Amino acid sequence: MADYAGRLPVATPESQPYWDGLKEHKLMLPTCDDCGPHFYPRPFCPTPNCFSWDIKWTEASGKGKVHTFVISHQPIPPYHTEDNAPPYVIAVIELEEGPRMMSNLIIDDPYSTTVDMDVEIVYDDVTDDVTLPKFKPV
Amino acid sequence: MDQIRHKVAIVGAAETDDLGQLPHMSRLALHAQSAKNALDDAGIPLSDVDGLLCAGAIPNEVAEYLGIQPRYIDGTSVGGCSFMIHVRHAVAAIMAGYCDVALVTHGESGRSGVDAPRGGSASSPGGQYEAPFAIGGAPTTFSIPVLRHFHEYGTTKEHLAHIAAATRAWANLNPMAMMGSHRRAPERGGGPITPQDVLNSRMICYPFNLLDCCVVADGGGALVLVSEERAKDYAKDPVYVLGAGEAAAHWMVSQMRDHTTADGYRIAGEAAYKSAGLGPQDIDHCMFYDAFTFTPLMAAEDLGFVPKGEGGPFFAETKTGPDGEVIYKSGPGGDFPMNTNGGGLSYCHTGMYGMFAIIESVRQLRGECGDRQVPNVNVSMAHGPGGMFASAGTLILSNA
Repeated sequence: MADYAGRLPVATPESQPYWDGLKEHKLMLPTCDDCGPHFYPRPFCPTPNCFSWDIKWTEASGKGKVHTFVISHQPIPPYHTEDNAPPYVIAVIELEEGPRMMSNLIIDDPYSTTVDMDVEIVYDDVTDDVTLPKFKPV
Repeated sequence: MDQIRHKVAIVGAAETDDLGQLPHMSRLALHAQSAKNALDDAGIPLSDVDGLLCAGAIPNEVAEYLGIQPRYIDGTSVGGCSFMIHVRHAVAAIMAGYCDVALVTHGESGRSGVDAPRGGSASSPGGQYEAPFAIGGAPTTFSIPVLRHFHEYGTTKEHLAHIAAATRAWANLNPMAMMGSHRRAPERGGGPITPQDVLNSRMICYPFNLLDCCVVADGGGALVLVSEERAKDYAKDPVYVLGAGEAAAHWMVSQMRDHTTADGYRIAGEAAYKSAGLGPQDIDHCMFYDAFTFTPLMAAEDLGFVPKGEGGPFFAETKTGPDGEVIYKSGPGGDFPMNTNGGGLSYCHTGMYGMFAIIESVRQLRGECGDRQVPNVNVSMAHGPGGMFASAGTLILSNA
């Protein structure tokens, strides 16, 4: 895993609980009592008429739908290799709880992906420290 | 109608001497050469410039490079529409007396990468929540909204392919256009293309084939603006700013509120119409930023030229010309003349293309466009996004 060649996120103090959650294979969402969960993590509720700073972390179900997607045929060296070659799916997932997030869909035939397809989370431990939230068809 | 209408005019507009592959020119040299060409176009000396607006460079970098000390600066750099926003800000600055002669510059070594910084912080929202998923540049992100639009409204790749073919037809009439017949031989992909050619071209990132994507180029462009009172003192007929709008809707494309509507387009467009006292029916000519074929379709819908969801069939409508040739809706001879320089798709796309859209609006309004001149253009709209539909800028310009 030490030779992972993809781009890695670096957490900020505000997003650390999110990345720590993924490492434990939990999808944690910052949540406002009044407005519900949001994505991406901010230390306040990003609903303009709320803007509450009273945020709790809640665990999401990991279920969702493909809101929209693309199938990229462009290799990104050094991440893509002969064994890990395009095409691959980049998708916006709409979580069951409402928020949307960018991810990859793990699917044998990228062209079998459809808008609104049901998906569930896959925890991809790409390094000892970083787990990326990816999705697969249910 | 608000108070900016007809108060400030564009009196100079020009690109760099050449566009395309310019490895001998740095980012700042492209800014400077376009500044020279726009000032020459207006007949204004550099020493008269007291307002400087630029994107992709800190205003101080450009000011120092040019050797000027402007008393008004604006470094709004929010992607390709930054220059539409600069024009709007220059109007306000000139009206406020913050400057008398505003110079807007663009220079980008988008192809050769001479002093072209790339990449953001791995701790930024984009670095944490998008980049780790093998995002590979604009073709993988500007494409994100498209399949949702297809799903909701039945838009197809065939519809989009007509936009590429129409835009290429304009490029074939523009000697500066990189993919036009003048500059690029058919065996190297230049000259006329059909919608089928677009669908047959190499897949880049579904739903975008190669010919759905803009060309990648080095180049620059600049504008010079002065007050309406001074505008008639210069070399060329003034082009007045009638209306202008801007907006910031989101930054990451995954966070776009509705992937079938560009909120920024609507906000900027409404402000532009309101300040001009005009509506879509009053616009004779459109420059809609086309990083990809889908981008201008979204503009036509969100700026009110066609109802939401009907952009696909609208652009795919064709008629037959007197010699049996296909006339595309947005192409030469069509009834919705758009992107008449050949667009980002076939003329030039440096990375922040919006400057070139404004320059073409100015030239059409001056009647300088030769073979590609659209008859009876009195009001032109130049509109673009910044980032992936993230920000937006809209200008309504007129020659009267």
